[in-house]
Amino acid sequence: MARVWIFGADINTDQIVPGRYAPYMLKNEDDLRKYPFIEHRPDFAGNVRPGDIIVAGNNFGCGSSREYAPLALRMVGVGAIIAPLFARIFFRNALNLGIPCFTADLTGKLRDGQEVELDLERGRIHTDDGRTLQLPPPPAFLREVWAAGGIVPYYRKYGRFPGEG
Amino acid sequence: MAQTLSEQILSRAAGRPVSAGEVVTVNVDLVMMHDSLSPSIIRVLHEELGAERVWDPQRVAVVIDHVAPAASVQTAEKQAEVRRWVRAQGITHLFDVGRGISHPVLVEEGLARPGMVIVGSDSHSTAYGCVGAFGTGMGTTDIALAAATGRTWFRVPETVLVRANGRFRPGVSAKDLGLKAARLLRADGATYAAVEWHGVEFLSVMERMTLATLSIEVGAKAGIVPPTGLLQTVPEWLRVEDGARYSRVVEIDLDNLEPQISAPHTVDNVTDLRDLGRVAVDVVYLGTCTNGHYEDMAAAARILRGRRVAPGVRMLVVPASAQALQLAAEDGTLATLLAAGATIGTPGCGACIGRHMGVLAPGEVCLFTGNRNFRGRMGSPEARIYLASPEVAAATALTGYITHPQEVVDGRYLEL
Repeated sequence: MARVWIFGADINTDQIVPGRYAPYMLKNEDDLRKYPFIEHRPDFAGNVRPGDIIVAGNNFGCGSSREYAPLALRMVGVGAIIAPLFARIFFRNALNLGIPCFTADLTGKLRDGQEVELDLERGRIHTDDGRTLQLPPPPAFLREVWAAGGIVPYYRKYGRFPGEG
Repeated sequence: MAQTLSEQILSRAAGRPVSAGEVVTVNVDLVMMHDSLSPSIIRVLHEELGAERVWDPQRVAVVIDHVAPAASVQTAEKQAEVRRWVRAQGITHLFDVGRGISHPVLVEEGLARPGMVIVGSDSHSTAYGCVGAFGTGMGTTDIALAAATGRTWFRVPETVLVRANGRFRPGVSAKDLGLKAARLLRADGATYAAVEWHGVEFLSVMERMTLATLSIEVGAKAGIVPPTGLLQTVPEWLRVEDGARYSRVVEIDLDNLEPQISAPHTVDNVTDLRDLGRVAVDVVYLGTCTNGHYEDMAAAARILRGRRVAPGVRMLVVPASAQALQLAAEDGTLATLLAAGATIGTPGCGACIGRHMGVLAPGEVCLFTGNRNFRGRMGSPEARIYLASPEVAAATALTGYITHPQEVVDGRYLEL
């Protein structure tokens, strides 16, 4: 079972990992795993479990190009992020790192801390109160990048970019 | 079929006509990386991609601007590693400590030119739209791939048109137009789209950069000002075409535009400054790729001339580039700022990312000419950041509370 972490709208990359906690600023870069949402939601990094799901409001990940924001989420094992709209740089970074992102509005449909099961293959969420939520399937080229494990394994495997004939 | 500027540029880069919505692979003309992400880009390039060299050392620019000069042993060590790598790769375009922020520097150096596709490891890489380039920000992995291959992929964006009509009143400038657009479009109003800024051909290149950098604050992939009235040669295929399709059109009347203010903690939390109550400030910070240009220092100096910053207020000026600082030194702008009590930092990103050179304490209020007022952006999450123009910054420095420029120039307002 995965747990749901609810976040609001317009979560920016400074809230995910403030610039002061960038790997560039750290003596030990592995410490990045301690810092996702360090100021915005200090209980997150210590309690999140591998496979947990972030369910957020509109415009998740707006702001800077820092890939260490989604990287920090990957380091603690975030299994998927679901939001009605993602900021584009964050979306690309998450895709490149192989973090599944679903564009769907589940605000109000799940509770913070709720136990759910995510079926990535079918894009479904089974809740502990017996409901099934269907997520819209991402475009085929995005699914191929995830399936490869991110853009670098994708490029190494196919020798081309998504959308390239 | 008529194309938007983004469609024209991406068509050339893809080698075939493309239109909004298509996913395309394109050749890039220039890749920019800065000190903050270069160590991770270098690692991905060599260790994950297995590339030994960048695709073209003449078309990769490396800029040390995010923590410049180094603020700690860690950052100094990583900068030293980046310099060694630059030498080993034969990269000639290294812009080191003090040269300034990547965006104005690449424009000043003539590396960013009309019609180019430029990708940078910084979200404000939309800046290159100031010369009619398609500039966009990307993360570590995308930049490493672009540096290794000279290519990247895009979904060709729809375009949101912001059309400005008329001319600014005294004390109002490009920042007010940019913030007004953010107020109307909101933080996600141009996500996955490009913004074209029409009706602003009377602005200088760096004033256009104010608009181009603010484009990412409405989520845009690129923010392009049509390249008219530039010194650079503009390719004949690049021009605004009648009949190009815009997904949304926003009109802004400059003749009646008032100074705008973006209140904590989101950029689109904008009101007319007149409607803001009395807000006392601790710091006035003039700088960044949005408003740390020569024009911005000069605009502030016109208001500060012969006067002093209010007691208890710290006024920090961090020029966007060495060239901007040089111009300000040559024409007396710098002397005016210093005489007023401002202090000057090394050209670069300064405290915009909250790492050094003016980090804010809990409870402090900052009037900032930059582009983000996110909670914790410039230091403590308990600090409050207001975004405004250099004119408002100067007026605020004189009074100690957020001030309409008209208030401090009295009868001289119309001569500003």
